[in-house]
Amino acid sequence: MLHIVNKSPLDRNSLDTCLATAQPGGALLLIEDGVYAATNGNAAAGKLKQAMGQMKVYALKPDLEARGMADRVLEGVNLVDYGGFVDLVTEHATCQSWL
Amino acid sequence: MKIGILINEGPYTHQATDSAYLFARAAIEKGHEVSRVFFYHDGVNNSTRLTEPPQDDRHIVNRWAKLAQEHGIDLVVCVAAALRRGIKDENLAPGFRISGLGQLIEAGIQADRLVTFGD
Amino acid sequence: MSEGQIKKFMYVNRKAPHGTIYALESLEVVLIAAAFDQDVSLAFMDDGVYQLKKGWNTKGIEVKSFQPTYRALDDYDINKLYVEKEALEARGLTEEDMCVPVEVLSRAEIGKLMETQDVVLSF
Repeated sequence: MLHIVNKSPLDRNSLDTCLATAQPGGALLLIEDGVYAATNGNAAAGKLKQAMGQMKVYALKPDLEARGMADRVLEGVNLVDYGGFVDLVTEHATCQSWL
Repeated sequence: MKIGILINEGPYTHQATDSAYLFARAAIEKGHEVSRVFFYHDGVNNSTRLTEPPQDDRHIVNRWAKLAQEHGIDLVVCVAAALRRGIKDENLAPGFRISGLGQLIEAGIQADRLVTFGD
Repeated sequence: MSEGQIKKFMYVNRKAPHGTIYALESLEVVLIAAAFDQDVSLAFMDDGVYQLKKGWNTKGIEVKSFQPTYRALDDYDINKLYVEKEALEARGLTEEDMCVPVEVLSRAEIGKLMETQDVVLSF
């Protein structure tokens, strides 16, 4: 399934709970303030790297660009536009937004 | 594919409705059908015709109405959440309709995917 | 509504009551969902477990207590209530603190159940 996280990992625990709950083989899409987790030097980067062994990690490029963070994306994170977001939703049978 | 969308936050304060709109537009561009957008919690505030953003800003309410009109999207505002927040037929923007929570469950049953945007 | 179609709906509650309206309005969705004869389950995770902490007295904040509604869920044949074990532990709560019968599951177990759903709704 597709997990969507829209919160900064330093503001809320959504990413932590998502990663602890998500089963291997799923996908994680970071949108809105969630994209900060996918940037170099962020305290959550280690957790995200670890998660990459279990699931594919995506981040919404327009949200990274809007925040001036598109030049420091963590290696291994796949960038998608809104069309890519749609594809992720249709490719997975269910999605859960960790609000 | 038939896609339903749930929006839980109002316009301008949260990015949720912007993300949902851009997602919906992209889905339509890809040939999918966005069957229904359901507005719940403060999301009902996306439907008031009294909304007047500054001229150089996006008009979130009208933008939803236009997309809905062009692509046959059913924009449903939850009646209980709307009445709590002062949204009624008299200040409802064109293109939206007020109805019950059953419309959300129905969207979940009938659509192939239901995507939630909120805080 | 399409006749006879039964989907598995999971409602994920991760927010505490009273501070925001999400708990109450989510419960309203669940009650409506019951009328649709779908396969409904509720997961309480993170601060969502506070929704079930028994003994609310909301007189002082002048808000109607909707805790009795959780107890009424069983009357609507909604009895799959899952509570996150780690969330209880992190909040000094136990199963005995819950106002309704629940099944305590680890995050990973809830994650496995989530995978089996047709629709996951989160407020």
